[in-house]
Amino acid sequence: MIVRRLPKPAGIMGLGALFILMLALPRILGPYWTNLLNDMGIYAILGLSLNIILGHCGLFHMGHAAFYAVGAYVTAILSTRFAVPILWTLPLSGLMSGVFALVVARPIIHLRGDYLLVVTIGIVEIVRIALVNNIFGLTGGSNGLLIINPISIFGFQVFSPAHFYYLIWSIGAVTILLFYLLQNSRFGRALNYIKQDELAAEGCGVNTSHYKLASFVLGAVWAGMIGTIFAAKIETVSPQSFSYSESVLLFAIVILGGAGSIPGVLLGAFLITGLPEIFRELQSYRLLFFGAAMVAMMIFRPQGLIPPGRRFYKVRPYLGRFPCGIAARSGARRGISLSASPGYPAGTDAGADAGKPARGPGDMIEEQA
Amino acid sequence: MSILRLRGLSKSFGGLVAVDEVSFEVSRGGIVGLIGPNGAGKTTVFNLITGNYKPDEGEVIFENKNITGLLPHKIVEMGIARTFQNIRLFPEMSALENVLSGCHCRMRSGLLASMFHLPGQRREEQAALETAVKELAFVGLEEQYDNLAKNLSYGRQRLLEIARALASGPRLLILDEPAGGMNDQETQDLIGLIREIRGTGISVLLIEHDMNLVMKICDYLIVLEYGAVIATGLPSEIKKNGRVIEAYLGADNLLEN
Ligand SMILES: Nc1ncnc2c1ncn2[C@@H]1O[C@H](COP(=O)(O)OP(=O)(O)O)[C@@H](O)[C@H]1O
Ligand SMILES: [Mg+2]
Repeated sequence: MIVRRLPKPAGIMGLGALFILMLALPRILGPYWTNLLNDMGIYAILGLSLNIILGHCGLFHMGHAAFYAVGAYVTAILSTRFAVPILWTLPLSGLMSGVFALVVARPIIHLRGDYLLVVTIGIVEIVRIALVNNIFGLTGGSNGLLIINPISIFGFQVFSPAHFYYLIWSIGAVTILLFYLLQNSRFGRALNYIKQDELAAEGCGVNTSHYKLASFVLGAVWAGMIGTIFAAKIETVSPQSFSYSESVLLFAIVILGGAGSIPGVLLGAFLITGLPEIFRELQSYRLLFFGAAMVAMMIFRPQGLIPPGRRFYKVRPYLGRFPCGIAARSGARRGISLSASPGYPAGTDAGADAGKPARGPGDMIEEQA
Repeated sequence: MSILRLRGLSKSFGGLVAVDEVSFEVSRGGIVGLIGPNGAGKTTVFNLITGNYKPDEGEVIFENKNITGLLPHKIVEMGIARTFQNIRLFPEMSALENVLSGCHCRMRSGLLASMFHLPGQRREEQAALETAVKELAFVGLEEQYDNLAKNLSYGRQRLLEIARALASGPRLLILDEPAGGMNDQETQDLIGLIREIRGTGISVLLIEHDMNLVMKICDYLIVLEYGAVIATGLPSEIKKNGRVIEAYLGADNLLEN
């Protein structure tokens, strides 16, 4: 995150104010703009899910719309053919999309950079064509499927823009929180190691193909679940919604906002979905502006509008506990004998127990006990 | 008692035989030097040991287990850590995070534990931080913990790679030209550091061009030329070996002092 550490009370007050503002927005803005916020929310969450793959892991994946499509169609098919309540399909959409990602990503995961990009574009096209051709007789061809049942949460029906607003942005908040925690973990770091130098990551003990695949599957599961919400919101699920240009848009959200940065992706989603609406009169120049903005970004700010911040680690308790460098250690040894055995840094856990090898593989686990 | 044994290892690239039936052993607790002129195939031998390349023929035996053809991360997990000849740190990450990458294979938290920061995950993360700081201090880089790897001096980047390798808790450490780009003082310190590493029970196999360093710290040498082993022995024996002096051509004066 950009903000390394806000002072606690200010941080909490800021979050509280934001929360109240978010609650009030649909009333302030009215249905038209609320609907826009809903689109923005969907793109933001999709962007965050793509950010795991593209932003954190550095995999050039331009077929995210395919995963999103699988989720939306799972919901549409189950809802129209089998009358399954929409929210029940949510986990299944995620699951199916994840399995789909696993199957298609497995054989291509070793491809690098632009090669992967081309293949993922292929995937999104294949999915779209399969949908148009009414695959398995389930997808309704180019007309798609019409969902009749609204989402119902404990009998409460979600249909107005404001309802969707609260649903989408609640999911958005949970997504932000979970992905924030994830990026500050062993998993998140592993993805970044791969992005920076895959060969070095593998050489340091990171199972790179496992993590690359895991990032694909996680991104797909999330996109699939958002597919469910999208299906319920748009009511007609058809192949046009999952075209290649949709994938490009998501790609642009991540790259423009800042690859690997949650605030960056949120800003990216806001700009890419919001600005064209705000400047509606300039509609016809929209693509021109969009293209020019992308070119300018790549030249002047390739890291994105809000590049990822540094992680914060609580290292203070450990600093100064271990004599630093050979000079310090040999000095210590020449003075009072701090260490029982000459090879060990004086005063460490390892030095205290000279009998056992200091750096066995279980070293860290032992220290934790 | 040897910790690592290479048996008839061969590797060619197209028509070029880079490594030609190489066999040698690294004794447990030893510091073994792999030397030879540029292009002799030393780095390729390392890449065969660490799983970056698969040998055309031959086996790599580590602690009596055949590790030939395993993926590099598996080999790190088994207890062999390495550094790279052309430094390969994670440039945009802090020194601390670079060392944490070494801890990765000793941690267990999966996706869900990471996503929800479960208690076990938090404990593991703290333990990893402690290990990382310990290794940073060990190589003398504690104060640099928050600096980006790319902003460190060349010599320090080499030390950071060593700290990162140590963080994986290896029993064999493989160093590819660790003194490359270091000044005299840094090289002196490095000699002390490698001795300390051995003192903690880690065996060391290193490639080095600095003959001064090699003669000082290695207790056994293997000389490679055109991919094949041309001599093995104690540093004092290698110094006098006619074949080796010839292989190094004008470098014989280096071997004298
Ligand atoms: N990946 C590769 N592809 C083709 N040739 C290679 C590759 N790696 C090494 N070589 C060749 O193998 C030979 C040995 O290289 P190397 O092991 O790097 O030598 P050293 O480390 O002893 O200087 C060189 O001739 C080099 O060009
Ligand atoms: Mg080399």
